[in-house]
Amino acid sequence: MKFAILVNEGAYQHQASDSAYQFVKAALEKGHEIFRVFFYHDGVYNASRLSVPPQDDRNINKRWSELAQQHQVDLVVCIAAAQRRGILDAAEAKRQGKDADNLAEGFRISGLGQLIEASIEAERLIVFGD
Amino acid sequence: MGVTKKLLYLNRKAPHGTIYAQEALEVVLIGSAFEQDISLAFVDDGVYQLKKQQDTKATGMKNFSPTYRALDDYDVNKLYVEQESLAARGLSAEDLIVPVQVLSSAELAALMATQDVVFSF
Repeated sequence: MKFAILVNEGAYQHQASDSAYQFVKAALEKGHEIFRVFFYHDGVYNASRLSVPPQDDRNINKRWSELAQQHQVDLVVCIAAAQRRGILDAAEAKRQGKDADNLAEGFRISGLGQLIEASIEAERLIVFGD
Repeated sequence: MGVTKKLLYLNRKAPHGTIYAQEALEVVLIGSAFEQDISLAFVDDGVYQLKKQQDTKATGMKNFSPTYRALDDYDVNKLYVEQESLAARGLSAEDLIVPVQVLSSAELAALMATQDVVFSF
C-alpha cells in the first residue's frame, strides 16, 4: 500500500511524531511505500537540527534524518508553518535576512500543495495529531 | 494528475486558543487549486470557527473568520456542521457566518465513510 503521512505535533511535546515514526518504520519493514511524510503545525519542529535531547532519551529529530537516509523517505516541511516557528533552510535564511538556518538533513521545505498532492497520490493518508 | 478524490477537512478545534483552525483554513485555500471534490465539516469546538461577530482585537490575534465567507469564491461550498456539537454549545445555524448544512452525528459519520481522504485538524 502507498501511504502519505501527516505529522501535526512537535517532537517530545506530543506522542504524535513518535507514533508517526513507528508507523512509517513498520510500514517500510513490511514492504509498503511511504509516498511522503508532511510536517505541519508544530510538527515542523521535528525538522530542527538544533534539538539536543538528554543522552538517555530517543533523538526524534535525528531518527527522522536517519530514516530519510536509509529509505529515501521524502520528508517535507510546510514553508508557512516553518517560517512562523523559526525553521529555515539555508536558502530561506538568506532570503529572509536571517543569520542562521536549522533544517535537519533529509528534510526539505516546500508548500502545502505537497500535502494535497500526497493525499491524492497515496492510497491512504494517515494523520498523526492531537 | 487526472484523478478526482473526495477530500474532507474535519475541523475540531476552537478558532483562537490554538492555531489549528487558522492553519487548517490555509490548507483548504491551497487545496482548492487542485480541483478535487472538497467538503468541510465542523464538529466539537470546531463549530465556534464559524460563529458570527468574532472580535479578536483585545487579544491581538488575527481575526481570520471573514475568510470562511470567501470560500465560495474558491468553489468550496460544501460545509457541514454537526447538530449535536451546535446544540451542546447553545448554537444554531443562524449563529454562523456562512450557510451550512446541519447533519446529525450519524449522518456525518456516513458522509465521512464516503470520503477518500480525511484531513483532521
